[in-house]
Amino acid sequence: PSQVVPGADPSARQLCFAWGPAEVLVCETLFGRRGGSPSRARVRCVAGSGDGGQSSSRVFVVRKDQDIYIQTLRKLFNESHGIFIGLQRSEEELAGKSRKAQLVQVSKNYRSVIRACMEDMHQAAISARDPALQSQYSTQVSILSAMELIWNLCEILFVEAAAAGPLLLRLLDWVRLHICDVDNMVREVLSSENPSKHELFWNVVDVFVLQGRMDEARHLLSKEASANPTSVNMYKILDDLMKKMPMPSLGNTQTLTEMELKWQHWHEECQRYLQDGTFASNSHMESICKILLGDEDAILEKKELMTTWYHFLVTRLLYSHPTVKPMELRFYAQSSMDLFLGGESSPEPLDTILMAAFEFEMHQVIKECSIALSNWWFVAHLTDLLDHCKLLQSHNLYFGSNMREFLLLEYASGLFSHHSLWQLGVDYFDHCPEYGRVYLELHIERIPLNTEQKALKVLRICEQRQMHEQVRSICKIMAMKALRNNRLGSALSWSIRAKDAAFATLISDRFLKDYCERGCFSDLDLIDNLGPSMLLSDRLTFLGKYREFHRLYGEKRFSEAARLLLMLMTAHIAPCSFWMTLLTDALPLLEQREVVFSAEQTYELMRCLEDLTAQKSDKQKFQGEDVETVKVEMLRLALARNLARVIVKEGTLEGS
Amino acid sequence: QDNRISIWSVGDLGNAGVNGEYQGEPQLLCDIRHNGDVMDMQFLDQERIVVASSTGTVTVFRHHQNNQTLSANHRWEKAHYHVDQDTSCGGAACTGVVCNNPEIVTVGEDGRINLFRADQKDAVRTIDNADSSTLHAVTFLRTTEILTVNSIGQLKIWDLRQQRNEPSQIFSLTGDRVPLHCVDRHPNQQHIVATGGQDGMLSIWDIRQGTIPVSLLNAHEAEMWEVHFHPSNPDHLFTCSEDGSLWHWDTSTDVSEKPSFLHQGGRSTTYFSHNTINHSVVSAWLSNDPTKDRMEITNLIPNQTLSVNSLDILGPCLVYGTDAEAIYVNRQLFA
Repeated sequence: PSQVVPGADPSARQLCFAWGPAEVLVCETLFGRRGGSPSRARVRCVAGSGDGGQSSSRVFVVRKDQDIYIQTLRKLFNESHGIFIGLQRSEEELAGKSRKAQLVQVSKNYRSVIRACMEDMHQAAISARDPALQSQYSTQVSILSAMELIWNLCEILFVEAAAAGPLLLRLLDWVRLHICDVDNMVREVLSSENPSKHELFWNVVDVFVLQGRMDEARHLLSKEASANPTSVNMYKILDDLMKKMPMPSLGNTQTLTEMELKWQHWHEECQRYLQDGTFASNSHMESICKILLGDEDAILEKKELMTTWYHFLVTRLLYSHPTVKPMELRFYAQSSMDLFLGGESSPEPLDTILMAAFEFEMHQVIKECSIALSNWWFVAHLTDLLDHCKLLQSHNLYFGSNMREFLLLEYASGLFSHHSLWQLGVDYFDHCPEYGRVYLELHIERIPLNTEQKALKVLRICEQRQMHEQVRSICKIMAMKALRNNRLGSALSWSIRAKDAAFATLISDRFLKDYCERGCFSDLDLIDNLGPSMLLSDRLTFLGKYREFHRLYGEKRFSEAARLLLMLMTAHIAPCSFWMTLLTDALPLLEQREVVFSAEQTYELMRCLEDLTAQKSDKQKFQGEDVETVKVEMLRLALARNLARVIVKEGTLEGS
Repeated sequence: QDNRISIWSVGDLGNAGVNGEYQGEPQLLCDIRHNGDVMDMQFLDQERIVVASSTGTVTVFRHHQNNQTLSANHRWEKAHYHVDQDTSCGGAACTGVVCNNPEIVTVGEDGRINLFRADQKDAVRTIDNADSSTLHAVTFLRTTEILTVNSIGQLKIWDLRQQRNEPSQIFSLTGDRVPLHCVDRHPNQQHIVATGGQDGMLSIWDIRQGTIPVSLLNAHEAEMWEVHFHPSNPDHLFTCSEDGSLWHWDTSTDVSEKPSFLHQGGRSTTYFSHNTINHSVVSAWLSNDPTKDRMEITNLIPNQTLSVNSLDILGPCLVYGTDAEAIYVNRQLFA
């Protein structure tokens, strides 16, 4: 169904839009326009800053799936995630009965989560003060209730695949669990002082009979019998009939044919009593007897007590075809619905879904549910379960993946638009063999990372799945953010995680730039403690070693310092741009009273200086920088003087 | 986003059934909205809770027990921020908070350490740029000294009495500078410190000697978010991790029986048996060779799925919370 974005008027202004992961941004442009089509989506609209004036534009955020933002449904999503994972991990090797029992248990778990959620929602509806909120909660409760109804039926028909006999018992349980409209009435009558005198007494007895609750019906009838001695005889017969009614058994105590035989006899007995006019004097008891005989008109008379056509269906089956086979259900279902609705009302979506289930049209059930429900949760999980029961043929959709995967992908994508539930989505993508990984790669990069802890969680997910591209990209984002905030240590920590040499070089350059500008190092605690991570990038190694040089100098270990300094240049660890600085650092060492550099080393230094000036003179011939030339001159002088001293020193006897 | 601080009651011991196993559902007593993610929180005293937020704000909430409500008592906005306090994108997450009534110390992603006093409007002391990387956790070493861990694998001791803004000691891991996420100090022996790292490794340090850890224990498969010594029974250590497991480390080697947590204060039989074997309790954590010292390690979570973000222990009670939006309470830890 299409809906208009409230507030957006395409006839007044031309609208433009952009797709997001789970949202559409609709925005008013500056152009006016005639006509235009409304957008189709369920809408949650947020208007921008515009005050409605002609000049300002408004931006609308149109979200398809707003169910994930309902607080009380979060329990549903979280718990079902746990059940889903458990199912995927469960043993495939278990065959036959034990596997089926396992799957039925999973189905029951899902249902109990739905019920728990319903309970919470119900509490919320009661305690809500705002009427709009209250009605929203109440709607949610009825939606959840419908979901549980459908799931329960699917569990009986598909997962458990109950056979004729137990099928009826399951259907009876199903009806008893879900027809709650009469509960109040029942409670009222049972708790009154004299139930048999209550005006609704016979209604309640009828309810019990219609739902096959024989013992409870007999119990109530006994109260009537004791209050009304004249009908003791009638009561005894009816009670006897109800007691003897054959029911299908769950265990293997009797075969279907045995049961059918017994039932036939019992049916004939009831027939006899009715025809003899045993109950003629009490219309209530007579109608009960007719119901026991499966008389459709008699049952239909109690329409208000049954409230739904599927209750009618089950009652009908109970009293006319208790050994109904699963495949026969469709005929009875269709006729029951027609008889019950009687042409007055047309079937609602829920009715269509249930009918499809009775007809064993699984795909139809899923399709109808997808249309009727606003959220993919139900169909995704149900389809996954049915797929595990090996009931869905691999029904390939036109773009390659099968239905189970398609639904799981849709559901998980919806989760990713939530700031916190995206973590659940990851596991769902993991279990989609064809497209799961691709979807995950695209979605995971778009999660907003407002704290480092969140970024770490995302990174861990990527690393566990060998998504190296994403790891690099996320680490780069975090490192850039840190760099912009001047947290150089954090930035380095992120580049180490990503093993990103390029970024480590960037950070080291930043440090070196700071040093050149200020003459001292910032963040010494980081540079002094680089450890093996120093090797990540050459520039980083240089930074570490350079700092070490300063430390050695500070500790007056001059010869070691000298050796290190030279090594930095000759081993080409230092970038060329830094050589001038290094040579300038050598000056104080050259000027020391004790000779520090050996002849070899001095020659090396000279060579470095010449290399440097040769390069420079090429580029800066016409730029006569005085400071630079003075420095070079000083260096040349110092080197020459050092050379002189060292030659003398090495020439003398002690030196050699 | 709708984040809330909530107070729950987990029922009283009087509800214990026949085997003592029945535990009622935790009941929500009261809650209050919180701006930003809750990064860390700690009780300041019986009534007040200090909460660290991802927006950089530190708030003190008061729990009024007479009518079961929560109210915000005091707030330090922009306790942690980047670069310029006035720019809008400046907030930096406050990652750790520790209390020693009336003092509160907080650390954050901005590498800043703040010292607050419960009722004073401004910070008593702030160490700007205490660290060039993110500080992940803080704990008290002594009443005037604190321990911090950061994302380049360093454990630092800060002496708050001194005015200089330098740590008094720096410890770091050998090998790779793996970020450290959590830190805790042994309740009785103040030189024993445990830290947890990003690679899930548990490190035990003796801060009296050396600058490297005494033992490294390969624990979890992903970030270790929290580590806690049991406050009254420190032979037991608990760690929780992103990989969804919660481990109970038990070094109470026990010849005769398990140490009963009811005997505290060093008079239990285990204490004596340790001494007779010539094995002082001190060495339980320090001379760690898991094969030799019979350390028992148990994973307390049967079906792990999502990360366990936080845990706390008191007496026989363990509480932990997971990313599946569930809180678990185990009231009979040592049974």
